[in-house]
Amino acid sequence: MSNTSARENIFARLHASSIAGASYAPVAEKWVPAPIEDKAARVARFVELMSAMRTEVHQVKGDEWVGKLQEIMKERGLKNLVYGQNTEISKKLEAAWKGQKDIAPLVPWTADIEEFRDELFEASAGITTTMGGIAESAAMVLWPSPEEPRLLSLVPPVHFAVVKADKIWTSFAEAIEALDWNAKAPTNALLISGPSKTADIELILQFGVHGPTDLIVFVVD
Amino acid sequence: MASNAKFNFKKSITDALADKQLRANFKFATDTLRGKRLAVFSDPEETMHLRKVGNGLKRNVLTKLPQLLEQLEAKCKENGIIVHWAETVDEANNIVLDLMEKHSAHKMVKGKSMVSEEMHLNKFLEDQGKLPLETDLGEYIIQLNNEPPSHIIVPAVHKNRKQIAQIFADNIPGVSYTEDTSELLAIARHKLREHYRTADIGLSGVNFAIAESGTLCLVENEGNGRMCTAVPPVHVALMGLEKVVEKLEDIPPLYRLLCGSATGQRITTYFNMIKGPRKAGEKDGPKEVHLIILDNGRSKILADKQLRQTLQCIRCGTCLNHCPVYTRIGGHAYGSTYPGPIGEILMPQVEGLDKKGSLPTASSLCNACEEVCPVMIPIPNLIRRLRDESYDMDGEGVVKGHGFKKSLVETIVWKGWKLTQVNATCNKLMLLGVQLFGNMLPKVGPLKAWTSVRTSPKFARQSLKDLAKKEGIRNE
Repeated sequence: MSNTSARENIFARLHASSIAGASYAPVAEKWVPAPIEDKAARVARFVELMSAMRTEVHQVKGDEWVGKLQEIMKERGLKNLVYGQNTEISKKLEAAWKGQKDIAPLVPWTADIEEFRDELFEASAGITTTMGGIAESAAMVLWPSPEEPRLLSLVPPVHFAVVKADKIWTSFAEAIEALDWNAKAPTNALLISGPSKTADIELILQFGVHGPTDLIVFVVD
Repeated sequence: MASNAKFNFKKSITDALADKQLRANFKFATDTLRGKRLAVFSDPEETMHLRKVGNGLKRNVLTKLPQLLEQLEAKCKENGIIVHWAETVDEANNIVLDLMEKHSAHKMVKGKSMVSEEMHLNKFLEDQGKLPLETDLGEYIIQLNNEPPSHIIVPAVHKNRKQIAQIFADNIPGVSYTEDTSELLAIARHKLREHYRTADIGLSGVNFAIAESGTLCLVENEGNGRMCTAVPPVHVALMGLEKVVEKLEDIPPLYRLLCGSATGQRITTYFNMIKGPRKAGEKDGPKEVHLIILDNGRSKILADKQLRQTLQCIRCGTCLNHCPVYTRIGGHAYGSTYPGPIGEILMPQVEGLDKKGSLPTASSLCNACEEVCPVMIPIPNLIRRLRDESYDMDGEGVVKGHGFKKSLVETIVWKGWKLTQVNATCNKLMLLGVQLFGNMLPKVGPLKAWTSVRTSPKFARQSLKDLAKKEGIRNE
């Protein structure tokens, strides 16, 4: 187990090895991509780069995404949609599904993973909110929560995500600042830039290896 | 690959060079990866700036490594992560085993971790009756074939599609031969998803550990790393002690450098930042998170101002892709966990020059590795340094096993050479000897080996000195 003498020996060597008081002045101070000032340009860049990595992006206004979501689910014959309750999108989902008979069911994630695991591994799609997006690296920021657990964006083969257009920043560095990341980050935070992929066989890019095979993003203005 | 006394670098190079398929696979792979890197780092000025920033951040870490590791440990504890320290790979292996025993765990799903390769963890656990399962597709392929990785980033890059198809057909019950990559992918997906669901413990590496917040960062594309760290009830993370970074704001440039250098991506599919086990109210995530911090010689490397630059490495593997030697012989020929230029400077320092001192000879010193290194490690200089230490030139070597190449004959030859350079009479005699007998030297011993791949020089009848005396120096 945790070996205190190992710790002591390592630190003794580290302290003996490091050059005491040798502070280092870097040649170049910082690297921050130049901000894209215009919101429309940020959104356009985000959509362009996300789409390039085989993410399906739909730009919608207001609550239009719910109808679009139902449309896609029908088109693809998805058999259910797992979601988290008491989130910004959950009320809209529940309202839209109310009384609908010809649409695949909504499955709320209410139990701990131990009880929910088998159901989750059988699910065909999951939907999550996001904290926003990063234009220059084409990624979404996800902060899983008790309402929206981390595996919701990983286990179901299709992942739907909702990104607010006015929460699309230029760079990761900007997002860190805007979200007060250091103080507020949850147990597990994520950047997600596309469907699961690999190039381990002859460097051929293939999608859908362990996580979602499809990532479908609604950019909501 | 386990290091052993039988390691014969010359022989493994000869064997690798004779394998045409292997050379073709590597040439294709490294050409492709170089092209991708170039496409993402298309602006040389910005790339240089970014590399300088990366270099500064990592050098900064090395100047205050003990303080940062103490901070990391304290913050991790605050977050509920249990921190373990291991001086050697044996200690690290036993910590993993103890954790498995404590949780009555049999099956372990593993994300990609070079430190676990360094520990030969799979073999160790198998010998203890445990079932460690690699889940990164490349690692999965080579585990099926019972091989070590041949590249830091793309571990199965030495295999082409046909060879992989055969490995699947031979080793997975019920699978028939198919070269269709999407079918191969579906097979692996199906098999591994079942393992994620039922594994007792998950293991991962660490790309960056943030000291100020106690956050473990994992970089990956496949999602297997997230599966291993989020589905099983226990997560064990392994890191070399040099992986600590000071602040969250240091991450964006380092992450950009890592993705661009490793695979030519702007960003990977997943950047996973773990701050601890499942908290009250949360519905998933492991109930325990353990961090094992491994030394295995690293704290000693820190002592030498020049050699410590080795510890700046962020394991992107781009020096492998740009190395003319690696491209031709592939990763396995190095017989070491870390192949290529970075392996040439890291392995001898970790295992000793007497064991791995032949690795630094596998370099043309063309400087390609230094030109692309995202954190600007002067690899060729460090290779020269280790070559010097192999002969213990100044008698002040710090690397274990220094002076292992020193031989009486060579020492006498160099002493003699020195004499001919400092003593005018000896110099004259030497030049005269070369003029008269230089072209008659019999091609035996080292001279035979040397001339087997080189044209031997023809000595002139008159030395340059004599010519200069007679004719003067033109254009003076």
